[in-house]
Amino acid sequence: MRKTLLSVCNVGMRFGGLVALSDVSFDVQEGSIHSVIGPNGAGKTTVFNCITQNLRPTSGEVWFGDERIDGLKPDGVAARGISRTYQNIRLFRNITAIENLLVGMHLHLRSNWWGAVLNTPFTRADERAAHDEALELLQFVGLRGRGDVLARNLAYGEQRRLEIGRALATRPRLLLLDEPTAGMNPRETSEMMAFVERVRARYEITLLLIEHQMRVVMSMSDRVTVLDHGTKIAEGRPAEVQRDPAVIAAYLGTAAAAHAVPA
Amino acid sequence: MSGAQLARSRPRVTIGRVSPVEIVLWSLRILVLFVVFAGTIGAIVKDRYTAAQWFDFVMFGLTIGAIYAQIALGYTMVYGVLRLINFAHGDIVMCGAFAGYFVASPLDRSGFLTQHPVMGMTAILAVAIVTSTVIALLTERIAYRPFRRVSGSGPLIAAIGVSFFLEQTFRGMFGSSVKSYPEPSWQRSTFGVWGFNVPRIDVLVIGLAIIFMAGLYLIVQRTKMGTAMRAVAEDAEAAALMGIDVDKVVVFTFTLGGAMAGIAGVFYAFVYKQVYFFMGFTPGIKAFGAAVLGGIGSIPGAMVGGVFLGLVESVGPSLFLDGLGIPAPYQLRDLIAFTLLIMVLIFRPNGIFGERMAKQRA
Amino acid sequence: MRRIGIGRTGAWVTWRRTALVGLAFGAGALHLAAVGVLLMLHQRWIVIDTLSLGQATVLLLAAGAGAMAARGDGSRWLQGALGGVCAVLPLALLSRAMDALTLQPIFIALSPDLQAMLTLGLPPAAATPALLALGAVAGLVGAGLRAAPRLSRALLPGAVAVLVAGVFQELIQLMLQQYEGPIGAVRDFVYTWEGLTQEGAITVFLVVTLLAQLFGRATQGRVAAMEPARRRQIWAGIALAVIVVLPAVAGSYIGQVLMLVGLYILMGIGLNLEVGLAGLLDLGFVAFFAVGAYTTALLTADAPNALMHLPYWAAMPVSVLLAVCVGVLFGLPVLGVRGDYLAVATMGLGEIVRVIVLSDFGAPLLGGAQGVLHIPKPQLGSYTLSSPVALFYLTLVAAAIAAFIAWRLENSRLGRAWMALRDDEDVAQALGINLVRSKLLAYGLGAAFAGLAGSIFATMLSSVYPSSFQLLISINVLALIIVGGMGSLPGVILGSVVLIGLPELLREFGEYRYLFYGAVLVVMMRLRPEGLWPSDVRQRELHAGDETAALDAGADLLPARE
Repeated sequence: MRKTLLSVCNVGMRFGGLVALSDVSFDVQEGSIHSVIGPNGAGKTTVFNCITQNLRPTSGEVWFGDERIDGLKPDGVAARGISRTYQNIRLFRNITAIENLLVGMHLHLRSNWWGAVLNTPFTRADERAAHDEALELLQFVGLRGRGDVLARNLAYGEQRRLEIGRALATRPRLLLLDEPTAGMNPRETSEMMAFVERVRARYEITLLLIEHQMRVVMSMSDRVTVLDHGTKIAEGRPAEVQRDPAVIAAYLGTAAAAHAVPA
Repeated sequence: MSGAQLARSRPRVTIGRVSPVEIVLWSLRILVLFVVFAGTIGAIVKDRYTAAQWFDFVMFGLTIGAIYAQIALGYTMVYGVLRLINFAHGDIVMCGAFAGYFVASPLDRSGFLTQHPVMGMTAILAVAIVTSTVIALLTERIAYRPFRRVSGSGPLIAAIGVSFFLEQTFRGMFGSSVKSYPEPSWQRSTFGVWGFNVPRIDVLVIGLAIIFMAGLYLIVQRTKMGTAMRAVAEDAEAAALMGIDVDKVVVFTFTLGGAMAGIAGVFYAFVYKQVYFFMGFTPGIKAFGAAVLGGIGSIPGAMVGGVFLGLVESVGPSLFLDGLGIPAPYQLRDLIAFTLLIMVLIFRPNGIFGERMAKQRA
Repeated sequence: MRRIGIGRTGAWVTWRRTALVGLAFGAGALHLAAVGVLLMLHQRWIVIDTLSLGQATVLLLAAGAGAMAARGDGSRWLQGALGGVCAVLPLALLSRAMDALTLQPIFIALSPDLQAMLTLGLPPAAATPALLALGAVAGLVGAGLRAAPRLSRALLPGAVAVLVAGVFQELIQLMLQQYEGPIGAVRDFVYTWEGLTQEGAITVFLVVTLLAQLFGRATQGRVAAMEPARRRQIWAGIALAVIVVLPAVAGSYIGQVLMLVGLYILMGIGLNLEVGLAGLLDLGFVAFFAVGAYTTALLTADAPNALMHLPYWAAMPVSVLLAVCVGVLFGLPVLGVRGDYLAVATMGLGEIVRVIVLSDFGAPLLGGAQGVLHIPKPQLGSYTLSSPVALFYLTLVAAAIAAFIAWRLENSRLGRAWMALRDDEDVAQALGINLVRSKLLAYGLGAAFAGLAGSIFATMLSSVYPSSFQLLISINVLALIIVGGMGSLPGVILGSVVLIGLPELLREFGEYRYLFYGAVLVVMMRLRPEGLWPSDVRQRELHAGDETAALDAGADLLPARE
């Protein structure tokens, strides 16, 4: 049996009187692709925010490996090896693509500001290594030659891949992807799925995925957690979840249900 | 055994990660509380001021607070509708004060203001209101409207530019000297209540401020335009989809804000007895603090925040600072106001009434 | 407008627009008159006894209105003339009003001198038609220049040369006064003590126009052929050479002005780290400047409230260090304050510093309103840096060091972290950037440069007063960054020269500088928010462009599996 990398234990999140999550628990196995699905407003992105500590959960615990990470600052979470992308792409729009990747490498660069001012050999070596790695990443995400373009001027698909590249630049053990295929047509979706597979194969990382398109979820995931109204209603292998009456009830009448049943 | 259960069975580690920043912020809180409490105790022990003096402080605080409240309304309404800090609002106040001065000064010299105080004051206020409103509308049209859909610091920087432009325009037109406001005899007189001397001007300022603010509140709550304004403050896009003309609402907002600023300018000048081109800056910043204090976007919040700020800055020097033995504490009145402003921005950017008020947008 | 311009309605719309454009310019002219700028400009001759700077301003406004109003649909000339008339109409009305009423008791700028300017020395009955006719002529000229761009391009260099020679005549004469012989003769031909002579103006115009015709085309072609980056480097090189050499040649007045420019460059670089790179809009910046100045004063001055009598070179690092501490202390509480609120909070902090300095509470140490006097000048061996020129070179060295540090930081890990913070604080943090450390470094380093500037400022003035450290300084620095271009180093230099240097050179203009700044902030934000000299997009990928074409051509979104 594989090791548990991330475990979310009884996490609850409330905003004032509004309960966004209550008592959500699930484990992510090392090396797997784990999906979180659910209708709109089910609290999927809130789960992500609670893992990366963009939001501090109001109850429950989040463990990463052997360490409890709730209560850390987001940069602390990133330093421990969790990185993420966003549903509505959040690149640094006013700097270039390659600089976005270099920002992602921030954690792994050791040069400090006075080193930069004096341009010490150490800093230079550090920067050169970072630059090489960034170029490699750029190649990997298919943006070779587009590195000096301002992020905001990239095409939509390029932005998506650059955002994943930026997340990879932090050298994560766990990568959280928030709807990587949002707004894509079927062909682009297939390409993105292939890309995600290549990410896993090459970087040997664990993936936690929020997805809307059932085709993606069912064909890629090792395990699926279903949320509805802030609570977990089902969990299991894709085929199991698909047959779960609670899941069908939650999705019934939505477009997603139509995809889910015939698959 | 699943990982979740595993985790639960592990000893619960207390996450005692207190960052240095939090320590600093807590020491800041404690320092301020210390100054407030130790100062108050010191002031009580020293017993330096008579009851009449304390009454004067409170009375002055209420007066200046009523003025701040009126200025704060302009900030809060504009912020509610445009999400813009109208940095030049303090200077709109100055414009009103100047306009009032050029009416008040000849009226005073001819003796009209002394003989017919009601008509005189009406004329002064009317001219001030019209001037401030016109200038507020002009600034909106020329300087702010192009930034309606711009995010980032651009609009604020433009507003700072407008502020400077207005100040320097008035300086160029009317000179940089401080002009003393007329002081008709009825203004100086006081009357006694329970053995305390109440200055007439204070009662006039507070009374009129209450009337005007109540009027404004009714306009915003009851009229069709006021409802439209609240709708835009809640969600400008949705309001526009519902057929509300956002431009009209913005003009309406600046009209109300400008009118209140004009009144406040005249009062402020009457209380401090002078006008000069830079006079709007300090009350402007303070009133912005008051608006944030009351929860920016909230009309009742601005009123309460303004009065609270006025009281604190009027009573504070004698109560907190004198008690600690600080020399010439009245010089540090602005210090108290600015400290309050910063504390609010740091700790309660949603205002002291919390989210409930902030949600209940103007 | 043409399409709907059938019959009277369309024509009316066109003419109304023409009039409104003209009147907008007219409102500007009226504003200039009311605040006193026009009269101030009128008191300086460009061409002696012929054309004053004030008159030129009015004519330029009218010509501008004419050019803007002339849309070229048939009645261009009429539109130009109408635009010009509308642009001077408010002034004509003002002149009439001044005949009827004495407005000066209220509007102090509406003096008889202004009236004399507006009536052109003619009797009232003739003055208004004359003014309107001049406006119409100027409007026609404007319309004509717009219609013939090649002609206007040919005339422009000469006109600008005359304007510059006239406006800066005092300065140029100061520089030329030491010469005798041929240069002296040319000087005496072109200038009298008050401005250009008529024949001098014509000569300058003709010579420059001729030169531009002869060499302009070739140079222009060569400049246009250069890469933009290269072109900028050359410009920056020329500017640098002028800045370095000019004070030594031109004497102490220029030295003083340039020294002030240098101080503002220093502060601009500091604030640019905060605002331009890290996105922290700091309006309390003047506090760091004040800390630097007061520390130097208290450590070196020969005054009763001084703490020590250190030599300047020992006090300077202490001042910088203390400014850094204050910067960090400033930054700590406002770490969590975002956006516009941060601007107000930092401004409040700056005001608090000022209130304390001015109060009796701080007076025993800081000297209250009297400040600290008798600050010695720096010594270099046995040489005292007492002249403005010597101090200018000190400032220049300091600014050069600051620029170097800023440049290196901008392209470092920290610089990237700042830019990430500026663009999206949450994401930056989620990528492992420590908010606290990055922001405090921005405040601390920004404060260091301001503290250094303050330290030099203290020794330059030999004394420090609280009145030197008003919010206006913060706004000055902010304005010069915005004019130059946020986050752009050459922009800071350009901004300082334009906003600090020029008003200093036009001495009488100094009084109206903040009016100008206010307008500049609004106009820049409106028309060119990226500044006059925006920062380049950093080119980090080595072979940019090589593969772009191939990639753009390929429909394949993702490269094949390796």
